[in-house]
Amino acid sequence: MRRFARHSLTRRLVEAVLTLFGVAVLVFAMLRAIPGNQITATLGTESAALTPAQLASLRSYYGLDKPLPVQFFSWLGDIFTGNLGFSQRAGESVLAMTESALPVTIELAILATIVGLAIGVPLAMLSASRPNGTRDGVSQVIGLLALSIPNFLIAATLLTVVSKYAHYNPNAGEFQHLFANPGVNLQQMMFPALVLGFGLAAPIMRTARTSLLEVSSADFMRTARGKGVAPMRLRVRHLLHNALNPIITMTGIQFGYLLGGAIVVEQIFSLPGVGQQVLVGMQQKDYAVVQSTVLVIATLFVVVNLLTDFLYRVVDPRVRAS
Amino acid sequence: MKLRTALSSPVSRCLAVVMAAGLLATACSSGSNNNSSSGAGGGTLVVGYTADPNTLDPWKATQFQAAHLLEQVYGTLTQLDASMNVQPGLAESWQYSDDNKTLTLHLRQGVKFQNGQPFTSADVKSSLDRLRDPATAAVAASYIASVQSVDAPDANTAVLHLSTPDAGLLAGLATVNLAMLSKDDTEQQVMQKPNGTGPFSFVTRAPNQSVTLKANPDYWGGKPKVSGLQFRIIPDESSVVSAMQSGNVNFAVLNDPTVAKTAQGSGLTLDKTPDLAYHALQLNARKAPMNNVNVRLALQCAIDRQQVIDTAALGEGTPIGPITSPAFKSDPSAQPCPEPDVAKAKSLLAQAGFPNGLTINAIVSTGLYATSVNEAQNLQSQLKAAGITLKLQTLDSAAYVDAWKAGNFTAALALNGGSPDPDGMYGRYFTSTGNLNKVAGYSSPQLDQLFAQGKATTDLAQRKQIYTQISDNLVDNAAWIWLFSSYDYTAMTKSVSGFTPMPNGSLRNLWKTSLG
Repeated sequence: MRRFARHSLTRRLVEAVLTLFGVAVLVFAMLRAIPGNQITATLGTESAALTPAQLASLRSYYGLDKPLPVQFFSWLGDIFTGNLGFSQRAGESVLAMTESALPVTIELAILATIVGLAIGVPLAMLSASRPNGTRDGVSQVIGLLALSIPNFLIAATLLTVVSKYAHYNPNAGEFQHLFANPGVNLQQMMFPALVLGFGLAAPIMRTARTSLLEVSSADFMRTARGKGVAPMRLRVRHLLHNALNPIITMTGIQFGYLLGGAIVVEQIFSLPGVGQQVLVGMQQKDYAVVQSTVLVIATLFVVVNLLTDFLYRVVDPRVRAS
Repeated sequence: MKLRTALSSPVSRCLAVVMAAGLLATACSSGSNNNSSSGAGGGTLVVGYTADPNTLDPWKATQFQAAHLLEQVYGTLTQLDASMNVQPGLAESWQYSDDNKTLTLHLRQGVKFQNGQPFTSADVKSSLDRLRDPATAAVAASYIASVQSVDAPDANTAVLHLSTPDAGLLAGLATVNLAMLSKDDTEQQVMQKPNGTGPFSFVTRAPNQSVTLKANPDYWGGKPKVSGLQFRIIPDESSVVSAMQSGNVNFAVLNDPTVAKTAQGSGLTLDKTPDLAYHALQLNARKAPMNNVNVRLALQCAIDRQQVIDTAALGEGTPIGPITSPAFKSDPSAQPCPEPDVAKAKSLLAQAGFPNGLTINAIVSTGLYATSVNEAQNLQSQLKAAGITLKLQTLDSAAYVDAWKAGNFTAALALNGGSPDPDGMYGRYFTSTGNLNKVAGYSSPQLDQLFAQGKATTDLAQRKQIYTQISDNLVDNAAWIWLFSSYDYTAMTKSVSGFTPMPNGSLRNLWKTSLG
């Protein structure tokens, strides 16, 4: 039993490492396959005016003169020593940039997940309590709206309306980190988290509704009802608890997705998170920034998925037993 | 076991925590609405910026944001006024020798770098020598290509020896890409800690967030009116306007006419300045069918410039001829087809051997500027009336730049930067030895000769005449189709006053701007 568990854990870890290596190869190759490099990105059309001698000097400055395998393995080798590279553009190491940007995105993802759960789960319970009734219809429509209105539209509208009419726009101020200035930070996170959370609520609500309906028709529910369990306790302790697994899976997947998918929202609300870091890096063809940041995001994604698996075991004794 | 009870006991408890967190967030939000910009003695002017500066090296800064930032920190030998005339900068006065091949600069005395070091002719020599070295890869090296050597006979005099007379040199020296660095600073050092002679000195930078500068009390022009500048990065142009409406940002340069219109109706001051940059349909006359002058002229006759402005740029622009430099401006109607003439276009096509029309490929960028695709689509529909099918190849900015710089196109829709001096503007494109001649796709012995004449004399009246001939030559041969120039929009909150916009988009006057 134990040996089996250890074996499966090792297998998961090996899989994780292989996945990350694949990501590294892919992001490295794709960056070089797309047109342009840091010289053209920095100088724009002015790069056309460079003389061959100037061009050679710039190529060596940006490290573009080395053969691709050398570039790849020296980057990968550096990563193992904790050196994520240096951004000539930003004048700072990628590690320092990521240390500043990653907490922003993680905080945003966590807040958005909380918002998503806070909207999605109660809505699902409401809608599952009387399938095909009015409240089900209304909840489903809200879910459909959340799913179909693109988040950039909600974000831009919210920002424009609130700053124009209420003259309130916390995101226009200088960004404050959570521990440096929690009051301002939470204000700056409020709109982005609401926008992302609203979008997240839809898949959570739909998964939860299906799962709740399935559990509510189970035999043990009928027994519990027959035993006279109080309705609220029945709903929460018996129904929701048993329906949690798919909800956790869905939330876990979405959380990983949020880490990368927050790009648009970070852009509109000027949050200096990893999404923006990757986007600017890509626009400027800042290879070190994009490669290393994508790898960091991928690592987080893998870790979150491992944790989600672990969470099943905690919540559901049946998984633990098997 | 314990863990299990903790988790399985009422999920409602979890929900309660969520609610509490939500309430807390709302409580905080309704609390302080702190406005950092109007705090601290009304001192710091906050400039909204759509992109993080991509370098702090003034010699390589071609991105608008980087150049706008660095011109606050660095000084140049000459400067331009709001009409693009050359004015003294770090050089207080100058004189040319009789043959116009020696330029003596008398430097301003008592100027200091922000680290306290005095500015002398040794810094001028060191900067110019390094700028001319190909290893430096300075983007404006071609502006000083005529400089053969630099002497520093005494601390306040620098002598530039030229290989040929170069009338555009003084205007060229005003660009921040030829900023004066201390002889003791390397480029690597100033990338981390800029050190110039400009009105503001560097304080700190948070990549992707902001750059902060403080007033330089020793600036030779006088003490700046604000105590500091902060360039705050807000990637989305509409979000910049929102930030101004909420009062957190005081000042911004906008490019998208659609966004500028929203700013206008919302209590912000909006200044409109005609831009030196020009929108053009570049033709590659070295490729068939563009190598036929009648095909090129047919395109010119078929295009209604005003219609492009009206449909693609909300009417925000003016039709132009080639030269936009204020002192040498081309007459927009001085071309073979001053008004659109479809019948003439058709007959020109027939003369060229295409009586049934033809198909032309054109590259268009997405992302380099806001109106590109709209312009292309309008041109497509206009040319259709003359029997010309414009096939658009829409490329992302990197792919576009790659194709553009290789001259790998038949036609290219472009927004190119202008210059205060017409030689700086087109010498590099339309002389056969120019470093952008491959991109221009056109040159001729007459043009080479005219450009050489234009550089050889410093007499303004004579130069005007020469550049008018150049302008006529370009439109008569329809080297390209010049369309229009648009505006730079400067949006300011009501508390900002005293800013003078410049046609080259420069924010050099921010030090004279006050707040409050």
